[in-house]
Amino acid sequence: MNISLFLQMAAEACADRCALTCDGQHYSYQELYEAANKAADLFSRSDCQYISVLDVSSPAVPIALMGAAMAGIPFVPLNYRLSDEQLTELLARIEPALLIVDDKKLNESSGFARMVLGRDAFLGELTGMPNIDFVVHEEPGAVAIQLFTSGTTGAPKAAILRHEHLVTYILGAVEFMGAEETESTLVSVPPYHIAGVSAVMSSIYACRRMVQLPNFEPGKWLDLCQQQAISSAFVVPTMLTRIIEEIDQRNIDLPALKALSFGGGKMPTPLIERALKLLPDINFTNAYGLTETSSTVSLLSPEDHREAMASDNPAVRSRLGSVGKAIPAIEIEIRDDAGRVMGPMGPGEIYVRGPQVSGEYLERNALLDDGWFPTRDAGYLDADGYLFLSGRADDVIVRGGENISPAEIEDLLHQNPDVRDVAAVAMASEEWGEAVALAVVLRDNAELKKTEICNQIRDKLRSSRVPEQILIVSELPYNETGKLLRRVVRTWFE
Amino acid sequence: MELKPGKRLKSVVCDAEIMVIKAADGDDLTCGGEPFQSDATAEKMPGNADQRHGCVIGKRYVNEAQTIEVLCVKSGDGSLYYQGDELMTKDTKKLPSSD
Repeated sequence: MNISLFLQMAAEACADRCALTCDGQHYSYQELYEAANKAADLFSRSDCQYISVLDVSSPAVPIALMGAAMAGIPFVPLNYRLSDEQLTELLARIEPALLIVDDKKLNESSGFARMVLGRDAFLGELTGMPNIDFVVHEEPGAVAIQLFTSGTTGAPKAAILRHEHLVTYILGAVEFMGAEETESTLVSVPPYHIAGVSAVMSSIYACRRMVQLPNFEPGKWLDLCQQQAISSAFVVPTMLTRIIEEIDQRNIDLPALKALSFGGGKMPTPLIERALKLLPDINFTNAYGLTETSSTVSLLSPEDHREAMASDNPAVRSRLGSVGKAIPAIEIEIRDDAGRVMGPMGPGEIYVRGPQVSGEYLERNALLDDGWFPTRDAGYLDADGYLFLSGRADDVIVRGGENISPAEIEDLLHQNPDVRDVAAVAMASEEWGEAVALAVVLRDNAELKKTEICNQIRDKLRSSRVPEQILIVSELPYNETGKLLRRVVRTWFE
Repeated sequence: MELKPGKRLKSVVCDAEIMVIKAADGDDLTCGGEPFQSDATAEKMPGNADQRHGCVIGKRYVNEAQTIEVLCVKSGDGSLYYQGDELMTKDTKKLPSSD
């Protein structure tokens, strides 16, 4: 059991089909498979214990991923936006490593790892090698991918995903050769994000052509969609926001685009409503998953979106803000602080279980004895099993013993037409231990008074949710994959 | 030969290759009438001409009791049998693409 099986099968069944397009370069499945075999040979002769890439989405990514898998060496994609200091720290944790870097970064990266190869040199070396049939390292328990978590709450943790987790995920979620030859997917999520890695595996197993967009920009994204007749894409919420704004301005037609999936952060309901109205023929899928769960564990399907949008029933309508139901191989439970399993609508921490769930870090295994993984995400399930997220469990504001979810306040204010963005965080309070603090970004020309915000919260929620302090700011801090950096917001109120 | 999940096996009567997904008791798993082999260089055999309906790459095969499940990773013209019963393709519910 090895993730390189996906590529082997794709090359067997559709050798000549285009697998990958990037910046005018094309690879067929056969070419991608041959390159991966050669990469495996190169890697296994390097004596390095990790294969790392410090690169944007490029052909080197799927080739190194599959080559490392064949060779039985963990693949470690790194975030190219980190500082040299942060990168040096992470690379020290994966010694000795063979590092493939974006050629633009080659100079400053020369001392980063035992072996540093520029992307062009790496791909060039493979082109010069004779074809080989590499004997794949078959060990289901071997580590396929090591991903450093984004570290929004602390030092980055090294999450590990074994072949068995990823193979069971893909086999359960994707139909082999399920894509028509004309289908293509636009990959704009960076390779160090779990969605970037799973996009590669899903596309290969479905035999769907990948079109890589190295650096996301809404204009480029839309241009590529048109030029390459893209039929599906995955985006994080901040990308979707910017795409929608761009479509508003350009009035662009996307006849080939059939499906858009999004995940990796909470999507404000008004945004998804706007997207559904603007692009009524597109199938929207909202996916929820974590690095530690090999990507998706629940999804809100296109039918769910349409049903919710058309419904007058508030419970059904509210599902536009949910992340859907557990996928077949996954169980989801909500537990309170005492570990009791909650019934419908009962808030608590989200626990997941299933064969794709690794729940494991290099430093420790977070999986409980009975296989359940505490996600540290807070949320609840409705009576029909739809999952709603309310933020990270650590972000819950505890005011005088009362648990307040930031999402509850943020969801309300997102519906205010004067509010462009909002974050609710905890601030220290002598009286209550913690109290609500609010950072608000107003729309251009909006004149919303702080007292009006407080009144709206008092009227719609309750007085304990009324913020002790409100800051009007020009923007909120997000990391590049759209995660709100709450720890930074919290420092504004210290 | 133990049929553990992830185990890769080859047919000796055709080109078929499979991977075990769900382990089964015993090893009475055949392709075209002959037991599967893990050895790639095993000599080809004529097999049973009545068990040649084929197996298709990417399809999952199960027995009626669903006590065994395998994934065909390379097509062949031999058909798969477990304990004397022909395996059938498993209907998998297609999920919308989420990544």
